[in-house]
Amino acid sequence: MNLLNPDIPYTRYLDPQGRLLGALPAWADDFDLLIRLYRQMVLTRLFDQKAVALQRTGRIGTYAPTIGQEAIGVAIGALMKPEDVLVPYYRDTAVQVMRGVRMEEILLYWGGDERGSAYVDPAVVQDFPLCVPIATQALHACGVATAMKIRGEHRVAVTTCGDGATSKGDFLEALNVAGAWQLPVVFVVNNNQWAISVPRRIQCGAPTLAQKAIGAGFPGEQVDGNDIIAVYERMQVALERARHGKGPVLLECISYRLGDHTTADDATRYRPASEVKQAWQEEPVKRLQAFLAAQGVWDEGREQALIGECQGLVQQAVEAFEQAGTQPLDALFDYVYAQWPAALAEQRAMLRERVARREESRHE
Amino acid sequence: MSEAKLTLLEAINLALHRAMYEDLDVVVLGEDVGVNGGVFRATAGLRDTFGFKRVIDTPLAETMIAGLAIGMAAQGLKPVMEIQFMGFIYPALDQLVSHASRLRNRTRGRLSCPMVLRTPMGAGIRAPEHHSESTEALFAHIPGLRVVIPSSPARAYGLLLAAIDDPDPVIFLEPTRLYRMNPQVLHDDGKRLPLDTCFTLREGSDLTLISWGASVHETLQAAAQLQERGVSAEVIDVACVKPLDLDTLEASVRKTGRCVIVHEAPKSCAVGAEIAASLYERALLDLQAPIQRVTAPDIPPPLYRLEQLYIPGVEDILAACETVLDYA
Repeated sequence: MNLLNPDIPYTRYLDPQGRLLGALPAWADDFDLLIRLYRQMVLTRLFDQKAVALQRTGRIGTYAPTIGQEAIGVAIGALMKPEDVLVPYYRDTAVQVMRGVRMEEILLYWGGDERGSAYVDPAVVQDFPLCVPIATQALHACGVATAMKIRGEHRVAVTTCGDGATSKGDFLEALNVAGAWQLPVVFVVNNNQWAISVPRRIQCGAPTLAQKAIGAGFPGEQVDGNDIIAVYERMQVALERARHGKGPVLLECISYRLGDHTTADDATRYRPASEVKQAWQEEPVKRLQAFLAAQGVWDEGREQALIGECQGLVQQAVEAFEQAGTQPLDALFDYVYAQWPAALAEQRAMLRERVARREESRHE
Repeated sequence: MSEAKLTLLEAINLALHRAMYEDLDVVVLGEDVGVNGGVFRATAGLRDTFGFKRVIDTPLAETMIAGLAIGMAAQGLKPVMEIQFMGFIYPALDQLVSHASRLRNRTRGRLSCPMVLRTPMGAGIRAPEHHSESTEALFAHIPGLRVVIPSSPARAYGLLLAAIDDPDPVIFLEPTRLYRMNPQVLHDDGKRLPLDTCFTLREGSDLTLISWGASVHETLQAAAQLQERGVSAEVIDVACVKPLDLDTLEASVRKTGRCVIVHEAPKSCAVGAEIAASLYERALLDLQAPIQRVTAPDIPPPLYRLEQLYIPGVEDILAACETVLDYA
């Protein structure tokens, strides 16, 4: 029973040490699948560490770390179908990469270049770019889902956000319309306990965030967001439900933001070290690793090989990112409108002159 | 056979029917737009003709309407949303500014927002509080948006069709005061009007009157009275306040040397200020007199007892014309 709210289901299969708490869902007997999920979690974490390092050495700008959120993104990414649409927020590297966004594109985005949201892989052509203004994306997902429903398609829009986003009107308006129209949309709330410096307990008076769905007329549930088996199981059910016209689901994944809000933040200003230390005991990557090791399908040799492989992929991405160069000046105008309005032609000239002037002063 | 005359409101309704008939991707959404046909009846009949999947009554939430349209547009639909009054548009601003206006730019053209936001604007119909706004400048300031304001049935029809065709988000502002005024014969020929060109409604040589929206009505009356006094006024309906067709305005002012700008929005930082500044940049030495602006004062639109004082009247325009005509 969920002690926070007995009406809200809570799912967990693995305890923090990776020990099984009950019968596994049938799909989880497939250790190859679990190892594939583990691989993605490790890749996500290594990419994340690299991105933070790139920021610290001035090679990319402000970056939002994803450390501690790997199970949530990897489960979503593994389950969404190519024809589904992801409407992400800014801590979704794991799911974006699994959908087909290239790691060098993610670096380009945080490295200050719009091409980072262009997504060259045709598999992700319909996915939204990550969303910075909090919770606004939840409504885009509802619009995408409305288009799917109007056209009678069996596709699903998946949108993610943090715990702070659930306080915003956009989020609540999205839940409301999703329920009113029974839209094929899944809301995944990554409740990582902290909205920059504001802890979950003063973010909202309700004992769970999942129960906000009840007021909108559809199911909300909690899962242990550090247990990928739990996230995968409930996400699978939610996606199938939405895909078959049975309406939306809100999945509140309980996790912990092991890193700072962004590289511009210093969480030691507002978070006790003891709490972070405790959270590290429950983190998702170690948990699945311990489970796989206990099943006899994972060992130190495989771990080292995997880390080497993932570091190679991350390094390739860094190299591609560093070779990307800068966009031409015209690219600043080319996508503001489908065609730059003739009436604004002089502004293009204005910027060209500005560039010439800067170059001139550099040569003086 | 005498042909039926249509009001601006009927012209909008006709254009919506035509657009939905021509293009299956066009959907209409908003509060009360379906069964009720909109509080002004702009969407009357659409639900019966095109069905509930394409004419959608939404929950009462403006942020949601705009956010939803963005998602729908990114999926290739062409949503035409209605915000019931301009005074209720502000919750949608974040979605319009942060997303609709820049989705194309953010994704290097991968996703875009071919959508239209229609909303009634302006004072003069004895409406309740928050039903009389003219805040077009808020939107004209935002890169990536187009802002269109028709002032006749024919321009409403042709500009709305063009706005729905346009691959980028268009804010389409409908002056309520003109909704049922000045009906004119209109052929449902599907002809689009250009979205970034001013309309010269009356040619003249002595001064240029620049206006848009409901104020075009008084501006034309002022020009007619000037004619009786032997003054030849050119009248230009800007119609598209973003992007601005400055070339047409500049050419006219170079010709006449005198200019009065008339709009219903409050004076400070309004589109009139943008036009005046641009004309000074481009044509200072051709001006025979300082440009005058006839506008609402910087006060909230008053409740209806005094709203006629808020709206620029024909006398006010004529007084400004006298100022520029008598200047040195």
